[in-house]
Amino acid sequence: MTQSVLHKAATRGHASHGWLNSYHSFSFGSYYNPERMHFGALRVLNDDTVEAGMGFGKHPHDNMEIISIPLEGDLEHKDSMNNVAVIKNGDIQAMSAGTGIYHSEYNKNREHRVKFLQIWLYPDKKNVEPRYDQISLNLEDRHNKLQQVLSPDPEDEGVWVHQNAWFHLGKFDKGVSTAYNIRAKGNGVYVFVLTGDVKVNDQVLNTRDGYGIWDTDKFTISAETDAEFLLMEVPMEF
Amino acid sequence: MKTHILVIGRNAEILQTVVRLVNNNDQWEATGATTDNDAINAFGTQPFKLVLLCNGIDPESEDTLRAAFKAVNPDVVIIQHYGGGSGLLAAEIYQALG
Repeated sequence: MTQSVLHKAATRGHASHGWLNSYHSFSFGSYYNPERMHFGALRVLNDDTVEAGMGFGKHPHDNMEIISIPLEGDLEHKDSMNNVAVIKNGDIQAMSAGTGIYHSEYNKNREHRVKFLQIWLYPDKKNVEPRYDQISLNLEDRHNKLQQVLSPDPEDEGVWVHQNAWFHLGKFDKGVSTAYNIRAKGNGVYVFVLTGDVKVNDQVLNTRDGYGIWDTDKFTISAETDAEFLLMEVPMEF
Repeated sequence: MKTHILVIGRNAEILQTVVRLVNNNDQWEATGATTDNDAINAFGTQPFKLVLLCNGIDPESEDTLRAAFKAVNPDVVIIQHYGGGSGLLAAEIYQALG
């Protein structure tokens, strides 16, 4: 029988540090809610806004698959593997922290804030060699259809990660609907609405709501208004 | 009384970060170790309630460490710490300590 969990946008954890305004769908930093620890292998979904000229200084990570999706503005990434890159709206970045990596993320623009999603997945294997990947996506490829932006396969579309996960972005006009077929048995999907209203089967979701659905093979997602959303398919057991 | 937490990881720089972040909570006191021997020796010196396994610990070492710690204190809680001193740390500790 299909199971689901609804996380309304207003129930997310919130941290305001002046330069950083962050909403946490799951426990993170000083926000601790034992009922909101993870959705399967999806451990972090932070909805971050970084003020102009500010950012995250050099800090470490290990044993985590870290995905960044900019929604507005540009974010500069520097890491201990000597990668220096700017990610902007339309890009996606994936980093396997593995045995350990240091990085920083800055909004170098002095006038405009940057908004981005920071998503962490538990890896399917520990202590892998750290790696970094970033690609630019064609925004037209998500208009009224699902655009795959992440998978476990380096040869498949989008970036890849060390986890049996698939991410899709959609930008649907009002009234457009599609079916999503779950790729791997035992996986569930966490739907996160970026803008507008959507309906997943019979559940209506509004901007920044999250909705997890599992123990099913497929579901329907339809746009109640013009809407943008992210589908994150992840293993429920890992 | 502080809760004693043993933190084990092979990357010394990340280990220092994790220890510092744990110690930011005045209810917790962390001790760091990069080698199995240092960890096992440290375990005998303080009443550790929780062990955090961080980066670079292979399965063989993990088995050795778990057996050694449980032999001294069967009630000790041993968990994997993910993320390297990240925003997950406090939630992992709260959850482990119940």
